[in-house]
Amino acid sequence: MLQADFTIASVEQLNPTTYAFTVDCPPMAEESWCGRFVHIRCGEKPLRRPISICEIDKQNGTLKLVFEVRGEGTEWLATRKAGDVINILGPLGNGFFPNQDKPAIFVGGGIGCPPMLGAAQDYGKNAEAILGFRSKAQMILLDSFEKACKRVAVTTDDGSFGIKGFVTDVLQERLREEPDAVVYACGPTPMLKNVAALCNAQNVQCYVSLEQRMGCGVGACLVCACKTHDAQGEHMRHVCKNGPVFDAREVDFDG
Amino acid sequence: MADMRVEIAGVTFKNPVITASGTFGFGREYARLYDISRLGGISCKGTTLHERLGNPAPRIAETPSGMLNSVGLQNPGVDAFLRDDLPFLASQDVVVIANIAGSTEDEYVETIRRLQGSAVDMIEVNISCPNVKAGGVSFGTDPRAVEHITKLCKSAADKPIMMKLTPNVTDISEIAAAAEAGGADAISLINTLTGMRIDVNSRRPILRNNTGGLSGAAVFPVALRMVWQAANRVKIPVVGMGGITKWQDAVEMLLAGACAVQIGAANFTDAYIPLKVIAGIQEYLDAQGETCVSDIVGTVRPW
Ligand SMILES: Cc1cc2nc3c(=O)[nH]c(=O)nc-3n(C[C@H](O)[C@H](O)[C@H](O)COP(=O)(O)OP(=O)(O)OC[C@H]3O[C@@H](n4cnc5c(N)ncnc54)[C@H](O)[C@@H]3O)c2cc1C
Ligand SMILES: Cc1cc2nc3c(=O)[nH]c(=O)nc-3n(C[C@H](O)[C@H](O)[C@H](O)COP(=O)(O)O)c2cc1C
Ligand code: FES
Repeated sequence: MLQADFTIASVEQLNPTTYAFTVDCPPMAEESWCGRFVHIRCGEKPLRRPISICEIDKQNGTLKLVFEVRGEGTEWLATRKAGDVINILGPLGNGFFPNQDKPAIFVGGGIGCPPMLGAAQDYGKNAEAILGFRSKAQMILLDSFEKACKRVAVTTDDGSFGIKGFVTDVLQERLREEPDAVVYACGPTPMLKNVAALCNAQNVQCYVSLEQRMGCGVGACLVCACKTHDAQGEHMRHVCKNGPVFDAREVDFDG
Repeated sequence: MADMRVEIAGVTFKNPVITASGTFGFGREYARLYDISRLGGISCKGTTLHERLGNPAPRIAETPSGMLNSVGLQNPGVDAFLRDDLPFLASQDVVVIANIAGSTEDEYVETIRRLQGSAVDMIEVNISCPNVKAGGVSFGTDPRAVEHITKLCKSAADKPIMMKLTPNVTDISEIAAAAEAGGADAISLINTLTGMRIDVNSRRPILRNNTGGLSGAAVFPVALRMVWQAANRVKIPVVGMGGITKWQDAVEMLLAGACAVQIGAANFTDAYIPLKVIAGIQEYLDAQGETCVSDIVGTVRPW
């Protein structure tokens, strides 16, 4: 973990509101693995913005970060250009450890897709991905997923690309073919809740990457709470330190 | 080089910069970023007699130049603090301030008793947390209640106690005087100011607790004014905090009468802020030809 200024090597706009930065940060790339995140200072904003690590290039010492403009912080970030410097704290959180012994299905919803890419690449050629978007115009990273995975399904809410419907519709089918699979998911909370419910019902192991509003990002301020339960009872865990990746069976999505 | 040491109620701090309760955990996380023994002191996360899970999330909302929090005193309880967290801090050559809170008088007293004989150097008593419904803030808003709870805490403690005051009162100097009358060894202020944010799309408060405590740069002028008023009223040492984000803010606090300062929300913007503030104060003192940081305390010349 470190906090320092790093240079943006390149900027790519993926759709009208989504950007990909390649950041030159060798010491941070060295400590990174998929599913972890970084905490980025956005101009004069008092709070940093958490952004997942999408791809890691240890050889060149770079990280790829993909983000969507949501409010003032990400809007500021979107106006950065190649050569600009941003202050980053990270890498933070626990991340994914895809189990190589079992088939893996990576499920991404919208801006939840980027962290799934790194995880799928780590897992290797036998990865399967199911990506959901509102419509074709929002679709991102499809080429990269197709390169990394043996099979990629895309769903859109409006049917403008791929299958009209939700990622859970496709997941249900896939789990029928691959009941041994482990599912890794990131996306909006309602989607994660449905993915988790589906997996729990079929006794499929499922890991979800959660979002929560953050302060410190390192586990010191306890604001990013997430209610979980296990054999020992109920707990308040913290997304930045105990997560962002959790065993879906333990998460209380309504907590 | 000017002497940066300060003494508060018999405890010597190597410099006047302390990290504020609730923003720095029990030190372990930030110890991965820098050597925390460079700090003057660490005020630990607010600890209660029994474990508390705190409020549901979201517990934080950004505001112009600040933030609201509604953690609700999540903590592992005082016994777990003594067993799991204090040994690490005690090994760090830094002043350790336990910060405690309770919902009843008995809880305050019993929590302080359990700290007897421990490696804690000082106890900060939070009588101002706005995020706990049963009591909490009510202990801190009435001068008679403040004097009473201070007496109880003092008689249970075998270490110096520092009463932490809420800014959510009409006359801070009355409250400061009540803490002094109750036997406090020091006071610290300010805790957070109660505030609120609403998401205009969902028409729901951003915080799940509806309201929360405001801190960060936005509160600095209010905090400075209160520290100045309190320091003018009492003889015991005053530790100033609220919105410090740079060394100049810390120097203003010292000039207003604070013997030391605490830094909270600014840690989230820049983890190295406390170290930058320490370096800045040192340079300021040297440039001003001061030999000792305590010499500038309260030296503002009001009109
Ligand atoms: C672990 C983690 C990983 C993430 N990874 C990505 C990613 O790879 N790409 C991406 O586009 N987004 C990601 N997000 C969401 C991203 O952090 C928010 O969209 C962003 O903080 C919004 O900031 P803003 O200033 O644009 O919005 P504003 O609404 O102006 O933000 C106000 C405050 O709320 C916080 N906030 C608002 N929405 C969220 C949210 N969904 N999650 C957490 N905090 C929020 C902000 O950080 C800020 O403190 C991630 C969130 C988490 C917790
Ligand atoms: C996330 C968070 C948690 C806090 N928790 C506590 C606490 O447990 N006990 C306490 O006395 N003060 C707590 N505070 C208040 C701070 O210690 C400090 O008084 C206040 O934030 C003002 O300082 P600042 O503007 O530098 O943050 C907390 C503040 C924040 C931001
Ligand atoms: S953001 Fe501070 S504990 Fe998670």
